[in-house]
Amino acid sequence: MTATENGSPKQPSTDRSLPVIENFTRRAAVKGAFATLGAGAFVAAISPLRQAAENSSAAEFMQTHYTELSPDQKGDVIARLEAETKEKYGADVTIADDRPIPGTKFVYAINLSVCNGNGKCVEACHKENNHDRDTNQSYIRVLEMPKGTMDMEKGSTTYSGTVPKDDKFYLPVQCQQCDEPPCVDVCPVKATWKEEDGIVVVDYNWCIGCRYCEAACPYHARRFNWKKPEVPAKEINPDQSYLSNRVRPVGVVEKCTYCLHRTRRGKLPACLEACPTGARVFGNILDPESNIRWILENKRVYILKEELGTKPAFFYYFD
Amino acid sequence: MSSIPAKESHTTSYPKFIGRSLWLATEGSFAFYAWMTMLTALFLVGANAWANQVAGGMIGTNMTDQVSWGLYIANFTFMVGLAAGGVMMVIPAYLYHDRKMHDVVIIGELLAIAAIVMCLMFVVADLGRPDRFWHMIPVIGKFNFPISMLTWDVIVLNVYLLLNLHVCGYLLYMRYLGRKPNPTWYIPVVMLSIVWAISIHTVTAFLYCGLGGRPFWNTALLAPRFLASAFVSGPAFIIVSLILIKKLTGIGGLDGPIATLTKIIRVTILINLLMVASELFTEFYTGGSHVSAAKYLFFGLHGKTALVPWTWTAIGLNVTAALLFLWPGTLRFRWRPLLVAACCMAFVGAWIEKGMGLIIPGFVPSTLHEIVEYVPSQLEWKVTVGIWAFGLMVFTIAIKTALPTLKHPAEH
Repeated sequence: MTATENGSPKQPSTDRSLPVIENFTRRAAVKGAFATLGAGAFVAAISPLRQAAENSSAAEFMQTHYTELSPDQKGDVIARLEAETKEKYGADVTIADDRPIPGTKFVYAINLSVCNGNGKCVEACHKENNHDRDTNQSYIRVLEMPKGTMDMEKGSTTYSGTVPKDDKFYLPVQCQQCDEPPCVDVCPVKATWKEEDGIVVVDYNWCIGCRYCEAACPYHARRFNWKKPEVPAKEINPDQSYLSNRVRPVGVVEKCTYCLHRTRRGKLPACLEACPTGARVFGNILDPESNIRWILENKRVYILKEELGTKPAFFYYFD
Repeated sequence: MSSIPAKESHTTSYPKFIGRSLWLATEGSFAFYAWMTMLTALFLVGANAWANQVAGGMIGTNMTDQVSWGLYIANFTFMVGLAAGGVMMVIPAYLYHDRKMHDVVIIGELLAIAAIVMCLMFVVADLGRPDRFWHMIPVIGKFNFPISMLTWDVIVLNVYLLLNLHVCGYLLYMRYLGRKPNPTWYIPVVMLSIVWAISIHTVTAFLYCGLGGRPFWNTALLAPRFLASAFVSGPAFIIVSLILIKKLTGIGGLDGPIATLTKIIRVTILINLLMVASELFTEFYTGGSHVSAAKYLFFGLHGKTALVPWTWTAIGLNVTAALLFLWPGTLRFRWRPLLVAACCMAFVGAWIEKGMGLIIPGFVPSTLHEIVEYVPSQLEWKVTVGIWAFGLMVFTIAIKTALPTLKHPAEH
């Protein structure tokens, strides 16, 4: 009987319905040899994975979610990250674990009558947050918009020449720290969440890099690390925080955190400090005496894509 | 439950059955070995490309922050449809008691298994950090259920895989034991799998249409459209498979199922076209900003036209296929090559429509109306072809395992 003929169930019960093969041992040897060859070829094919494994540690692989780290574990993780930054980037950095200040909700406002599109905020963000230098990454995009429209479709993010142009106004967009953040809803592993002071953060050691949040964000606020970020040692901002501007790993999504490593220590965001026009206002909306509160109460303020129901904590107004 | 011989329990005899099935599945003609060798080679190229992607970061793909999903997720979406499309054999077989379909229904179930395996591979290929996939495993990781649609998708896809593995495994195992399958053990699962097939593609559509910031996807028609195109691409693939199986193995009784599936596509392909037309009317008659993506897809936007040839090709293929399916002669045996051509057109048309025509325009223009175009990189094509090759390998082996059953259908 040959292999291609199928035995009907008339065979002895030990053989059941599958055929008997002649030269069983020789065939087994040939098949075994090919199987071994295939397995060997497969191992060779995926050998680049070894390189990837060298770049990450067992401790990182086993690390639990940020919200579940005990104070001791957190200390170990931060020490490890500082050591890795030293090893891979040659920079001495301090990574803090800045937590929200009780009674604080941070909001941002931009005066579009004043903003002149000079892009200093974009640059400051790039440096402050240790963004990859090659891709010139930043959490802020500025649109040059024709006067007389609010439709972003008419805007351009790639404008050039002397600013401001007479017939244009400028619309900087960054993470709106929404109260109903679609990015948080869609994350399959809860790697991103909204903290008590309103800031939406990412645990860069928990994100799996599926980029669903990037698809969900209506404000193009999220960025993906398509490659390992490269920053020269002398340019690295050493003043870092776990949830914000530490150098991010490859293959994870990152975002603006209202510079929580500054703002949770009572300082202002880097983009605000860099703005030469004074268009940016930042503060605690829960503080009745704050500047931002006065603006929200007295100016005619609007938010981007209000119809989507994301409830941004980021406001725009004209004087 | 059926009794088992005292001398052997299922725990030992089931692995034996698997082993013998694999042994049998690796027996074949020279052409079979050549086919499997080619698929293995392609799979290895893909595996190598993926390993390079993991090692060097996803910079090797042509995806960007503007177009953050590309060929992988496009294929994933299409494969979910193919998996769901297998159910179009199950429904006639089990709900309408189509005897001829009943004899070969396992082909649809095996296709579902191969397609879901491919789905899972495409998802893993798209992850920036596949080493962290365990974060998605409930209990040990953090599973954002029920808020994230992606967690729903993970559940429904894996359960669908298990349902089909159970049905196919049970039927073939009983066949191996020389026993009559006990309906109690599989009929309820088959019935469940019919509902489940609808669910996998609905949930996959919900991934996209639940995003308010992406007007192109944010339409209630998305899930029905997904299902309609799935019930074109699935049966089309199965028809071609059946014709090939008939040619290569001489198994009889396939003409009835082929005719049934052809009649199914005749309806579903028209429903699909109707929905496309409905979508187009709504977009273009209304106009305004939210139509930008559709404009980009069909006519180009601000001189950027990368998707225009793709989409018109898809429309041409779908319309031609629909006309061919409508023509009664397609059912005649002498026009078999035409049927195969129509199936291939419908299949490729659905692939473009679900891939380049659905995923990419969702990102163009971006949410800040930047127009960044996307063309898959060589690395992405390699990984994609590798996964397709692996899926075809799984399908081939599965069909070979089922051949004895297909040649001698049990009495029912």
